Amino acid sequence: MLRTTPFHPRTGPLCQAKNWRRWAGYVAASSYELTHEREYHAIRSAAALIDVSPLYKYSVRGPDAGRLLNRVVTRDVDKCAVNQVMYTPWCDEDGKVIDDGTLSRLGEETFRLTAAEPNLRWLRDNALGLNVTIDDVTDSIAAVALQGPNSREILKHASDAELDDLRFFRLTPARVQEVPVTISRTGYTGDLGYEVWVDAERAVSLWDALMAAGEPYGITPAGMLALDVSRIEAGLLLNQVDYIPANKALLETRKSSPFELSLGWTVALGKDQFVGRASLVEEQRRGPASHLRGLEIEWESLEEIYAEFGLPPELPTIAWRTSVPVYSNSKQIGYATSGAWSPTLKRYIALAHLRAQHAELGTKLAMEVTAEHQRKSALARVVTTPFFDPERKRA
Amino acid sequence: MAANRYDAVVIGGGHNGLVAAAYLARAGKKVLVLERRHLVGGSAVTEEIYPGFKYSVCSYVVSLLRPEIIRELDLSAHGLDLLPLESTVTPLPNGDYLARWADHDQTRRELYRHSPRDAEAYDEFGTLMYHLAFAVKPILSMVPPDPTSLSPADLRSLLKLANHFRGLGEEKLYPLIKLMTMSSADYLDEWFETEALKATMSASGVIGTFLGPRSPGTAYVLLHHYMGEIDGAFRAWGFAKGGTGSVSEAIASAARGLGAEIRTEASVARVIIENGRAAGVALESGEEIRANVVVSGVDPRLTFLGLIEPDELPSEFVQAIKRFRIRGSSGKVNLALDALPNLACLPGVGPHLRGAVSISPSIEYLERAYDDAKYGSFSRHPYMDIVLPSMIDPDMAPPGKHVMSIFVQYAPYELNGGWNDAQREEFGDAVIDTLSEYMPNLKEIILHRQVLTPWDMERDFGLTEGNIFHGELSLHQLFFMRPAAPWTDYHTPIKDFYQCGSGTHPGGGISGASGRLAALTMLEDM
Repeated sequence: MLRTTPFHPRTGPLCQAKNWRRWAGYVAASSYELTHEREYHAIRSAAALIDVSPLYKYSVRGPDAGRLLNRVVTRDVDKCAVNQVMYTPWCDEDGKVIDDGTLSRLGEETFRLTAAEPNLRWLRDNALGLNVTIDDVTDSIAAVALQGPNSREILKHASDAELDDLRFFRLTPARVQEVPVTISRTGYTGDLGYEVWVDAERAVSLWDALMAAGEPYGITPAGMLALDVSRIEAGLLLNQVDYIPANKALLETRKSSPFELSLGWTVALGKDQFVGRASLVEEQRRGPASHLRGLEIEWESLEEIYAEFGLPPELPTIAWRTSVPVYSNSKQIGYATSGAWSPTLKRYIALAHLRAQHAELGTKLAMEVTAEHQRKSALARVVTTPFFDPERKRA
Repeated sequence: MAANRYDAVVIGGGHNGLVAAAYLARAGKKVLVLERRHLVGGSAVTEEIYPGFKYSVCSYVVSLLRPEIIRELDLSAHGLDLLPLESTVTPLPNGDYLARWADHDQTRRELYRHSPRDAEAYDEFGTLMYHLAFAVKPILSMVPPDPTSLSPADLRSLLKLANHFRGLGEEKLYPLIKLMTMSSADYLDEWFETEALKATMSASGVIGTFLGPRSPGTAYVLLHHYMGEIDGAFRAWGFAKGGTGSVSEAIASAARGLGAEIRTEASVARVIIENGRAAGVALESGEEIRANVVVSGVDPRLTFLGLIEPDELPSEFVQAIKRFRIRGSSGKVNLALDALPNLACLPGVGPHLRGAVSISPSIEYLERAYDDAKYGSFSRHPYMDIVLPSMIDPDMAPPGKHVMSIFVQYAPYELNGGWNDAQREEFGDAVIDTLSEYMPNLKEIILHRQVLTPWDMERDFGLTEGNIFHGELSLHQLFFMRPAAPWTDYHTPIKDFYQCGSGTHPGGGISGASGRLAALTMLEDM
């Protein structure tokens, strides 16, 4: 049967909307309240508590742990200090992205890798001949994201960690009311925030402690709908939505390289050898055929389209995840994979795969919108991501 | 006399014969189907052997019924209703089980319980097999060309085939070659470590053949399963409401609607051949029926060695047909049950009873079952594929009662000492005893038991040696080798005499593809 997460004894009763969805074989709350709006604003203006336990988690340890990970991921793991976290994709032999996640160095020879899809077999296959132990710890480690401007204050009250010293993408072991946890300054919202990792058996105690400490700061449990809007604002990709993993793609054209996903900054070609390197060297020389970019759909254009029907612009009430054509001079040159109205930016934004010659910042394009059952093209501009990047994220 | 003359006479009212008749009638031909039994369907029949309980006597699931046949003959309008058969549970000797469910996440969780590695590999394996099935699928709806012929039509067809394979690319071509040459056990060993998973998957590679999971060439048949999946979107896979007989009846109804005439209890004694051409058929009753062309839906052995005088055929062709491998290897047990069986590994009523139960705990189990058969015994602990049709379609049994269909392999046609009533019952007992290890209450709930041995299938259903596919689906008997080169494009050495049964390409299962392709070939000639 589908599983519930270790936080379910708390999240279950809290979910008034009874609005559950699937996530990696678990059920996850889409929203706790009947609409997700308050949950979204908690992320941006107070603090939100988000159960992210379904993430696949792998423990990689042993003398060759670093070597294995350096062989698999595109980032240079040698540069990852103990207590540091790296975001990284990993590729197949053709340099096409299989998955992406965060890599935490918990000790000299101890790492934890998160993933959107199962990767145990891929890691083990690549570990042939190496002195390394790889375990799937998805079920035994629960994780909760505490995100938002008040998240630091809450965690300061709830834990014994020195959070003022904890920089962006760093982690620290800590205790939350006697419960041993790992706190990493990471998240999927592009805001100030933390993720707290805990033994599944102590998950409920952690939840209770965070909720109690957060109460004066407006802590709000938030579901996937709120998270989805904020991750688009942060320009963060979602596996199976913004790209198709190379090992599951039915067509060659559905695969993407890190360069095509605008993740070139994660590709350490200087590294000796890693899966996909030869193809990526060649692609860097040649230049990628397409780029994943931010699109901002112009309000004036939407107004014009809807005015034809005597309506004000109608906007999506939740983030969408469908393939939407993008045009240049009426010719399709790409497709958007997710989009949302950003309540914080007051802009309609989307992530889109665009052919290289149409991907320059500022390029004027058009995205399909359906108004009164009719297909229209709204003007859109290529913009930089993250769409939303507050200073507090790194401060 | 004129009233008795047809454009085409079809020998055998099995599903392929009916499909051929429907397509011929659809083209405006005057067609007559002759069926020996009192009902149409051949091996795809539903019969009420025990009052109130309907058995899909032989063939029991629909996996490869061609979507174009469903569409072109409008079978839905003629009563075809395919219900989903969603899961497969393999009980294990240690009291555990391995299940595959309709839901992807649920299956992944379940496989993960046995092997995290396999859970992951299963998805990738599925993607590869989907690709390969998609690559091979066009061949299923293609008339096999003669590779030795220089005729423009054959050359065109061969060229098309060559281009098709060249277009696959090495990432598909190499796995395809492996699939064509390896044993299913070896092929699956490259992917998985869970014995029950490998055994249950490889079982589909040996169904209907006299081969074991470690016999080379059995991997190819794994593809057939995934081909069903490609068409799965159209629900061409599942259980026919009313049993498999309702598939035959839907096709028969379509054929009649198109003007075909169907006569039951009309057993054909021989094909009338005049001046080297088929001119009609003679019935057991002595009646003669004239037709411009004759097409046989019965198996190649029966067709060419039973219905035709030997001196009408080239001797090398007769030899080839004699060599055509048609060894029966399976039996069937149908049960009427007073209540639901209880699985020791999953007690009580649950969704698992709406799917298949596979007795295939390990490759070794299957191979040992095969060992028995190699030396002339039926398997003491056979491979079994079990469904409870009444759980999917309650109308198959009286309310609260159930029917169980048990496909059993191996049961060799050439049993030491030959099959007789005592042997049949002993075989039935071995099946029930083995199954009772997994379903402890089984013996208490049996109201009626029907056991079919390969001899029964030969005698009652006209299947030579009891082979359910009219000839084994092994590599040397497929495509332009089926049933005997060069007579693989539905023509025969006798003019105006055609073949349309499962013994021709692509054969096997309730696909109807042979019947359709044969009819289209005949129409080109007519």
